[in-house]
Amino acid sequence: MEMINLTMIWALIIGFGVMMYILMDGFDLGVGILYPFAPDEHARDVMMNSVAPIWDGNETWLVLGGAGLLAAFPAVYTILLPALYLGVFLMLAGLIFRGIAFEFRFKSSRNRHWWNIAFSGGSFLATFCQGVVVGAYIQGFATEGHVYVGGAFDWLSPFTVITGLALVVGYALLGATWTIMKSEGEVQEWAYRITPKLLIAVLVGFGVISLYTPFVDEYVRERWFDHLGVFWVFPVLALCCAALIWRATSKRLEGQPFVATLGLFLFTYLGLIFSKWPYLVPPDITLWDAASAPESQLFLLLGVLFVIPMVLGYTAWSYWVFRGKVKEGGYH
Amino acid sequence: MELDPVILSRIQFGFVVSFHAVFPVFTIGLASYVALLHGLFYKTGNAAWERLAAFWVKVFAVVFAMGVVSGIVMAFQFGTNWSNFSYASSNFIGPMLSYEVVTAFFLEAGFLGVLLFGRGKVPEGVHLFAALMVALGTFISAFWILSTNSWMQTPAGVELVDGHFFVKDWAAAIFNASLPYRFAHMAIASFLTGGFVVAGVSAWYLLIGRDVEANKRALSMCMWLLLVLAPAQAVVGDMHGINTLEHQPTKVAAMEGNWETQSGAPLLLFAWPDKEAQTNHFEIAIPKLASLILTHDPDGVVPGLKEVAPDKQPPVWFVFWSFRVMVAMGLLMIAVAFIGFYLRRGGRLYHSRPFLQTLRLMSIAPFFAVLAGWFVTEAGRSPWLVYGMMTQQEAVTPSLTGWMVLTTLIGYFLVYLVVFVTGSYYLTRVIRGGMQPELPHDEVETAMRPLSAAHESLDDDASRTVRS
Repeated sequence: MEMINLTMIWALIIGFGVMMYILMDGFDLGVGILYPFAPDEHARDVMMNSVAPIWDGNETWLVLGGAGLLAAFPAVYTILLPALYLGVFLMLAGLIFRGIAFEFRFKSSRNRHWWNIAFSGGSFLATFCQGVVVGAYIQGFATEGHVYVGGAFDWLSPFTVITGLALVVGYALLGATWTIMKSEGEVQEWAYRITPKLLIAVLVGFGVISLYTPFVDEYVRERWFDHLGVFWVFPVLALCCAALIWRATSKRLEGQPFVATLGLFLFTYLGLIFSKWPYLVPPDITLWDAASAPESQLFLLLGVLFVIPMVLGYTAWSYWVFRGKVKEGGYH
Repeated sequence: MELDPVILSRIQFGFVVSFHAVFPVFTIGLASYVALLHGLFYKTGNAAWERLAAFWVKVFAVVFAMGVVSGIVMAFQFGTNWSNFSYASSNFIGPMLSYEVVTAFFLEAGFLGVLLFGRGKVPEGVHLFAALMVALGTFISAFWILSTNSWMQTPAGVELVDGHFFVKDWAAAIFNASLPYRFAHMAIASFLTGGFVVAGVSAWYLLIGRDVEANKRALSMCMWLLLVLAPAQAVVGDMHGINTLEHQPTKVAAMEGNWETQSGAPLLLFAWPDKEAQTNHFEIAIPKLASLILTHDPDGVVPGLKEVAPDKQPPVWFVFWSFRVMVAMGLLMIAVAFIGFYLRRGGRLYHSRPFLQTLRLMSIAPFFAVLAGWFVTEAGRSPWLVYGMMTQQEAVTPSLTGWMVLTTLIGYFLVYLVVFVTGSYYLTRVIRGGMQPELPHDEVETAMRPLSAAHESLDDDASRTVRS
């Protein structure tokens, strides 16, 4: 009984960490994806400034999630990383290039053009890889015991390419609505104009993946059609959020489009989790199979329960400090 | 050609970890130095200390940021390339590595921002406290990592059940036999690294006559520190070696190039170890000295490599020569520290140009020593990953093929090349920029990212003030 509780607590912590990562790094990656399409260099300055003070705080959730997985659910860590080997490398390379572009773009002028490419290219690559991970996760992994036995490119299929592109569009939508909230004038107007187009693209992606998923995963198909009443809650709530984005954007509201986009992501994420529950490494390994020894989970829990409130407080504080519109000249 | 995923994974991990290790070993020493400068300023009120602190904290920020970027990759390497090891030992290394992350976040969330951006905004006492906490935090971070590594060298407190380690005794596992020696050796190495870099940069400023008063103080402090620590490191290193002799005799045999177990073993100054022939070529030796150093008895018995089968021996040539590079660097550091003391007594410490030039060059010596030392201890454990319990062959990811590792090896090399070249180039600009007072910045500039603590431009066209 005790073990079940610890494992459940850890599932909540990791689930929360992953959600925080998707929502928070999602919008700053989205800003990077939209970078090449921004109207001018001034808009790019505003966009980068709107995320510069907080982006690395957003990425702490990725590191916390990765390390926490190894400690609490090692089977996930030791199956997913080998299975996604080349994709993980590409994602890290993308995140690193974009990280140094954040630091050096403003310190540079002659070579700023190259840092722009590093920033948008890195953001696109990292996002696409994360979307592919989601697709690969839905597909499931070939395992024997706790060992991955599939090939080097199992993660790359037509389905995962679609999920990869869908996440690129999804993060771009987060980035666009974030830009609406943080900017003024022409930049904001541009963000208002692209938001409905991105929303349509997201909904198309959403529909294609939803129709495709039952064909790549039998378990999900059975789940969906056996528990119709429960599972349709999430897509319906997600669609409500989409309608809200549409309405708020056409009314030129400033904060609501972003909040509604967060909702759209949240309900999609919850829907995915409940479709797979209790499998942590589909199709064979459940939450409890993947868990580490209870004493190890307990040992780390003490530290994590101490540090998560600190990280949350620090995050809230930095968002508070940089609240409001981006000022001319930026935070730098 | 058949590509071996085990060898390539070892090269990849070695490359990534070596590249990464350079940064923390420097920041650990530098964090303590910055805290010391803040303490001196707090106590004496002398503005020279504050100028030095403000300058070195900028250098700290850039190096810290590069350490973080290169460290993210490390967190994934365990799973991508060594998944069997990660799974088997997850009950222990999982919480340990996570605690390192927890410590780092605690440090960053709580104190790094105050240290980097708090000057003039918080009372000096609070600023000093933040500096002390950052310095302490770097040591706690290092503690988790070194404990994990030491456990892989001298495993304890665990039980191996069905290929899975279960922790039976946390205290025994964390405070395992080699941890105290490894931790002390690394702590002093960090101070030596920080000390030689600060000394080298101060020497350069004295050579070109900039900020002479502050840099004389910095150089003087460093030379006193090095005079104590460089010889102390030799003593601690000797104790570490004796600990290794007790727990990992084969590693010591490889360090000494000693094939046969013998009493009165000679110290080899030069040799060409040949693992295939199980012997050395071109030996130049001092009789009985290895026995004297290792057992503190000229006729003491030193175990030989042939105690184990050739396939259980580490790469002898590599361990042997890495050890000699480390010792040579250590002796060089001791010599420079003593020459500095001699010059100080003659009143020529700040004026001897050849010595100041030597100090400039010496600022890279500790980095070579640290890397060579890690090569010895890591390669010397081979073929074991967890000593005596799990080999590298058993630990590697089963689904990995040679070309996959080769692809990512080249990839990481290219990515790090960009990071390193840009970062080092920027660091030289920060150092060249020197200690002139900072221009006032925008009030909202409290961004918590380490690199925004430095304001030098990356290329010549960007003016210093615009958006910096």
